[in-house]
Amino acid sequence: MTQFVQALLNGVSLAAVYALVAVGFVIIFKSTQVLNFAQPALLLLGALWVTHFATAVKLSFWVSLLIAVVLSAVTGVIVERTALRPMVGKPIFSVAIMTIGLNTVLTVFALGGLGIDIRPIGDPWGIKTVSIGPFTMAQHRVAAIVTAIVLVGAVMLFFKYSRMGLAMRAAAFDQEVALTQGVSVASVFALSWALSAVLAMFAGVFIGAGVGIDRTAAVTSLKALPVVIVGGLDSIGGALVGALIIGIVESLTSTYQPSLLPALGTGFAHVVPYLVMFVLLLVRPWGLFGTEEVERV
Amino acid sequence: MSDERTPLLEFRNVNTYYGPVHVLKDVSLKIYPGEIVCLLGGNASGKSTTLKTILGMVIPASGQVLIDGHDVTKWTTSQRVEHGISMVPENRRLFKRMTVRENLEIGAYLRKDKENLEADMEQIFEMFPRVKERLNQKAGTLSGGEQQMVAVGRALMSRPKLLLMDEPSMGLAPILVAQSFEIIKQIHEAGTSVFVVEQNANMALSIADRGYVLQTGQLVLADTAANLLANPQMRQAYLGEVQ
Ligand SMILES: Nc1ncnc2c1ncn2[C@@H]1O[C@H](COP(=O)(O)OP(=O)(O)OP(=O)(O)O)[C@@H](O)[C@H]1O
Ligand SMILES: [Mg+2]
Repeated sequence: MTQFVQALLNGVSLAAVYALVAVGFVIIFKSTQVLNFAQPALLLLGALWVTHFATAVKLSFWVSLLIAVVLSAVTGVIVERTALRPMVGKPIFSVAIMTIGLNTVLTVFALGGLGIDIRPIGDPWGIKTVSIGPFTMAQHRVAAIVTAIVLVGAVMLFFKYSRMGLAMRAAAFDQEVALTQGVSVASVFALSWALSAVLAMFAGVFIGAGVGIDRTAAVTSLKALPVVIVGGLDSIGGALVGALIIGIVESLTSTYQPSLLPALGTGFAHVVPYLVMFVLLLVRPWGLFGTEEVERV
Repeated sequence: MSDERTPLLEFRNVNTYYGPVHVLKDVSLKIYPGEIVCLLGGNASGKSTTLKTILGMVIPASGQVLIDGHDVTKWTTSQRVEHGISMVPENRRLFKRMTVRENLEIGAYLRKDKENLEADMEQIFEMFPRVKERLNQKAGTLSGGEQQMVAVGRALMSRPKLLLMDEPSMGLAPILVAQSFEIIKQIHEAGTSVFVVEQNANMALSIADRGYVLQTGQLVLADTAANLLANPQMRQAYLGEVQ
């Protein structure tokens, strides 16, 4: 029982990181109809900046985080302006392929700065843990959960209640008519990419917190794909539930599979999110919460 | 028509293309403050394109668009909305997943005087009591007639000087069509100029001061509504086929 609850808790902390990436993916898809496969690169870049300012420039972690937020937002806007804007009106498939190329280019750039070694992120949590009764959790995992709740909650409130959030939902539904209400579609696109890049950056920070960051962080962030497939490409709430499902299934698998089903080998837990994704694609291709008419690539 | 007044809206030899397709051909027209003007024409004659050109959603290859005597040809859509143009689009096109209230709020997106919004909404409820009852419902769940009311309400929330209406009778039952035109008259009486695009020529001419007739992108007739109703060419081409 203790082991089970511990596995659940670990699953939730995985989910926090996946949710940050997945919600960014959903925001961009909803407001610009772009499937952004460049999220892993944005995540690496974001983490790189935190590392750079916190460990090379030796600023405080919090100041570094703030600088990285600004730089990530700016990167998001620049990427949208230079790479995506010329693609407006092109088939969704071509644009998606383009973002894969973009991901490669940005990743090369990020890895150039990051180097080949594991780099500490300079976070204050390190390997410290918190214990409640028999359960133990790394402090950085608790921080990840809290941050994800706060950030995703803020994003949801922003969309529901703010004037710009209203405009973004309108543009997501019908760009042309949103334009005729005076909504600047250019700012909607820019803001979507900025938000998404910042969320990815935070995911990068928490992947790197405690253990440090290297190129494998990009692989971890790819699990946002099964998350959005499970939750639906166009639903933030869906992305959260998808993240919980994928995070918990993965964590349970890594806890129990090695002893119960050793034949499946080591590292099977990393494959499980994709298995869940395939099964879901077969039975409910628009995700658990997505809208039926959203097409798949 | 007194020609000394500055038109609220003017087209001077406007040519609009979609790629290689020449849609509006040398169109010149004027709408004066206080008028209801209709634009008649068959399918694909360029009526919606005319409205999109007014709002700057398509930019003419040549010619000028003027609002209040200012050349606005290079202005963005939001600048034109800020200058008092708003539109009820063809097929209403509500934001169906948002509530009725949110649809009205987005209509007021560029308004700076947020303190007056509630009062303006009240005026819309007076015109359309049904809208008030449906305020927190998703717009997509409304009937066609109710959606029409919300679409008109949304357009009015920007306090336009000129309201553009793209085929308000489309897809509505005859009784609702009559109501729709009643509403246009009311809006006009409250001081808003109206430019209404229609295929239902009889109905449109019955409320309009003047009308233009568009045929494959060219204006072929421009006259007072009364003259157009009496025009034999009109009767044959547009009025006979409509009930
Ligand atoms: N976005 C577009 N791209 C290319 N061609 C277009 C576009 N929109 C309209 N057209 C073409 O321009 C012409 C005029 O279209 P428009 O929508 O202005 O006609 P309309 O008079 O409003 O027709 P309807 O009565 O059917 O609404 C048509 O031939 C149409 O196919
Ligand atoms: Mg039309």
